Amino acid sequence: MNLDTFLLMRHEIGLTIIVLLLLLADIFMEDKKKVNTVAVALFAIYTAIGFVPMDSGELFGGMFSTTPLIVAFKNILNVGVLLILMISVSWVNKKMLPINKVSEYYVLMVSSLLGMFFMISAGNFLMLYIGLELATLPVAALASYDMFNRKSSEAGIKLILSAALSSGILLFGISITYAITGSMYFDIIAGNMGLSYLGILGMVMVFAGIAFKVSLVPFHFWTADVYEGAPTPVTSFLSVISKGAAVFVLMILLFKVFPDMKGIWINLLYGLSILTMFVGNLFALRQTNLQRFMAFSSIAQAGFILLGFLSVDELAVSSIVYFIAIYILSNIVVFGAIQAVGLASGKYEMDDYTGLYRTNPKISIVLMLGLFSLAGIPPIAGFFGKFFLYSAAASQGYYMLVFIAVVNVTISLYYYLKVIRASWLRKSDDSIPYFESDSFLKAGVLIATVGLLILGVASPYYEYIYSLSNIFN
Amino acid sequence: MDILSLFVIVPVLTVIALMFTKGQNNYRVVTAIGSGVQLIMAFNLLYQFLAIREAGNTDTMVFMQDYMWFKSMNIHYAIGVDGISVLMIMLTSIIVLAGTFISWKVDDLAKEFFIFLIILAAGVYGFFISIDLFTMFVFYEIAVIPMYLLIGLWGSGPREYSAMKLTLMLMGASALLLVAIFGLYFNSNVDGGALTFNIFEISQVNIPVEAQKLFFPLAFIGFAVIGALFPFHTWSPDGHASAPTAVSMLHAGVLMKLGGYGVFRIAMFLMPEGAHYWSEFFMILAVIGVAYGAIAAVSQTDLKYINAYSSVSHLGMVLLALLMMNEVAWRGAMLQSLSHGFITSLFFALIGIVYGRTHTRDIAKMGGLMTIMPIIGTLYVIAGMANLGLPGFSGFAAEMNIFVGAFQHPDMFHRIITIIAVSAIVTTAVYMLRLVGKIMMGPVMEEYKHLPAITWYEKAGTFVLVLFSMLIGIFPFFWSDIIDEAIKPFIQGILSV
Repeated sequence: MNLDTFLLMRHEIGLTIIVLLLLLADIFMEDKKKVNTVAVALFAIYTAIGFVPMDSGELFGGMFSTTPLIVAFKNILNVGVLLILMISVSWVNKKMLPINKVSEYYVLMVSSLLGMFFMISAGNFLMLYIGLELATLPVAALASYDMFNRKSSEAGIKLILSAALSSGILLFGISITYAITGSMYFDIIAGNMGLSYLGILGMVMVFAGIAFKVSLVPFHFWTADVYEGAPTPVTSFLSVISKGAAVFVLMILLFKVFPDMKGIWINLLYGLSILTMFVGNLFALRQTNLQRFMAFSSIAQAGFILLGFLSVDELAVSSIVYFIAIYILSNIVVFGAIQAVGLASGKYEMDDYTGLYRTNPKISIVLMLGLFSLAGIPPIAGFFGKFFLYSAAASQGYYMLVFIAVVNVTISLYYYLKVIRASWLRKSDDSIPYFESDSFLKAGVLIATVGLLILGVASPYYEYIYSLSNIFN
Repeated sequence: MDILSLFVIVPVLTVIALMFTKGQNNYRVVTAIGSGVQLIMAFNLLYQFLAIREAGNTDTMVFMQDYMWFKSMNIHYAIGVDGISVLMIMLTSIIVLAGTFISWKVDDLAKEFFIFLIILAAGVYGFFISIDLFTMFVFYEIAVIPMYLLIGLWGSGPREYSAMKLTLMLMGASALLLVAIFGLYFNSNVDGGALTFNIFEISQVNIPVEAQKLFFPLAFIGFAVIGALFPFHTWSPDGHASAPTAVSMLHAGVLMKLGGYGVFRIAMFLMPEGAHYWSEFFMILAVIGVAYGAIAAVSQTDLKYINAYSSVSHLGMVLLALLMMNEVAWRGAMLQSLSHGFITSLFFALIGIVYGRTHTRDIAKMGGLMTIMPIIGTLYVIAGMANLGLPGFSGFAAEMNIFVGAFQHPDMFHRIITIIAVSAIVTTAVYMLRLVGKIMMGPVMEEYKHLPAITWYEKAGTFVLVLFSMLIGIFPFFWSDIIDEAIKPFIQGILSV
């Protein structure tokens, strides 16, 4: 291994350096408020470096691998995390600066991302597992970061317990596959797995372990409480970055490690997709707390993502990656708006948004665009994301499933419109008064919104992802 | 820049201009200029279209442009027009301009109102120029979603309920449509070609009959919901009744036309076997809509509800005519779409004008308005007469063609259907005459004696609609020649099955 090959881990090295620098900054910087700026600036530079073209290859004897698709996906996650960091700044300043917990926040979030990167690049189940743990533990700390809020502590405990359970299940699945194939390497497992009852059990266990992270029904029970209790930026991190990485890993595992059992997991995905969409959407209908509402919305979105898996070809890969990229932006826009309103007024209930447009038109507009993107209304990017997912399912003749999905879109439109109804259609005498958010938050939400408006209509972006999507040898 | 894309670009520019405009008066001036430009463009298009036909161009679609959009899925931004789309674009531009004038006095969030109105118009224009299923679908949804805010924010009565109902039903319908579009797309390579969303490329393919039987009803219902097919019409009366005037006009005048147009252009053209297989079933639904709409209109006392049910009845006629599947009936259907567009939007404009003065839409509470507001009263009578199909107005020419076409089917089933539909027209006369008699004639009510006269912008909005309704009625052959020529390539596909 020489320097060139070592640079294949450029993203991971970059994140490690950021973590170290932030720890140093915490020690040496007097004005802790500046740590915010340093963190965002460092991450922005690092994100930009991530876009420099890079070779693909393997490291550590196949433990770690990288392909253009993986690099592109890491860049997508980088941009997502950068935006989340930007919308976090005002919250960190307001809540965490007084108790001097600024730099840890960034360190934890970046470490979690580091774990996800190892997970995504893993070529071996051990690496996958280590990455998964590194990704999960900091998030549990982050979820309970608001230490004076009991709900936040509850969220942390719930997350860590369910994560422990899912890790256990995943490990059990891994040990079964090891028992069958005698290897931890994906390539060897894929070649020797075959079709056996024990193998199916192993695959289902691995699937369930990852499904916890994606919060597919019936592995979703932790989602709503954690999302509601965790601080808003952490919730957005959980709902987009954590979920996105898990979906990607699930895709790699199913497509490349368990191709022999395609017939089985296709049926599994078919059923779970219907279940997840309906449970997510129907539960979302009655939510009044916006973070909880977004939790069920994100469960439902996960159900839509499963549609993309069904074609098991380039279309599947590109539609999933593209959808995740769009979904990250949509959710960041919505959470950014929730965050801005929550910080200014301390209000998180849907009814509190009554008449918001008349007092804060800009935030209402971006909130509406974000929700429309989640609902899949053209010409906003969310529509294109969903369209390609449906295409993947329809290309294999699953018209019934596409039909169920579009029925679910209509259901979801109802509850997304409920927020818009409160903020746009209604007037109120005690609506949230006009407020100014800090410039980081504004910039983050603005970038995400512009992304939503452009990335759908601009086809080269999708075509670029499509051109990288041949992960099948 | 090609002449058709401008119909999308100009509204977008108008919206951008509105965003940077300040001042109550400037909003409406900018909008009026924007929609004025669209009107000029629409007539320019009509002129150029006639010129190109005169020059001997017999292509089905002219002014075609095709840009690759998503290469991997072979999605194109493909546009082109035939006579029918040209007329529909003209209808839209007229109603948008009339709607702008009618909404001159919108004062609550006027900027947003005009922005959403123009976005709606952009969606409609885009829909009419598209010849790629994907593009068409995108524009369809762009046209539908502003309705939610337009009705919910500026509407009256149970506006939130109506807006939600309308949006969910139309989006549910588009869900069906999307499945049908996928069905067509993934069957478009059965003859060995590439997968395509292009309507004319798909029409060259022999879509398997089984697939047609499966996807035709999805596509048909998907479009027909917005064309108020019974029993999916329920969004329409509530939506119309709650919507502000200009939105009712655009909605009944243009948006509901997307239904008939889509059925004609997509469902029946691409799946002729499916159309034959399902035609009798949908014909029954359509004729129920025709009769039910007319009867429901008789029993309503709210002006807007009367007109909304009348729309259900008249647009049921369009679907019925399309299902008759012959040239005369189809010509009638297209004329009916046009004529209903002008007449209904005129009606809604007048209802808005009357309501703005009397503050009630209950016909029992009005009377003798003719003596107080003679111009409005006269226009109202004209609209009523045109709506019941008086010769000299567009409705007559349209319905005449529909029934002549319908009677060309000699069998019992079609005869009965036709007779029911004809009797619904008689019912139209009942409620129209009753309505006009009740609110225009009769004793003058004391509280309405000092109602203000019609203003210049209201005149501008209504006169243009009357003019066009009469133009179609008096010179039906000019319009029907354009339509006939456009129908030919489509009817051949249907008749050859």
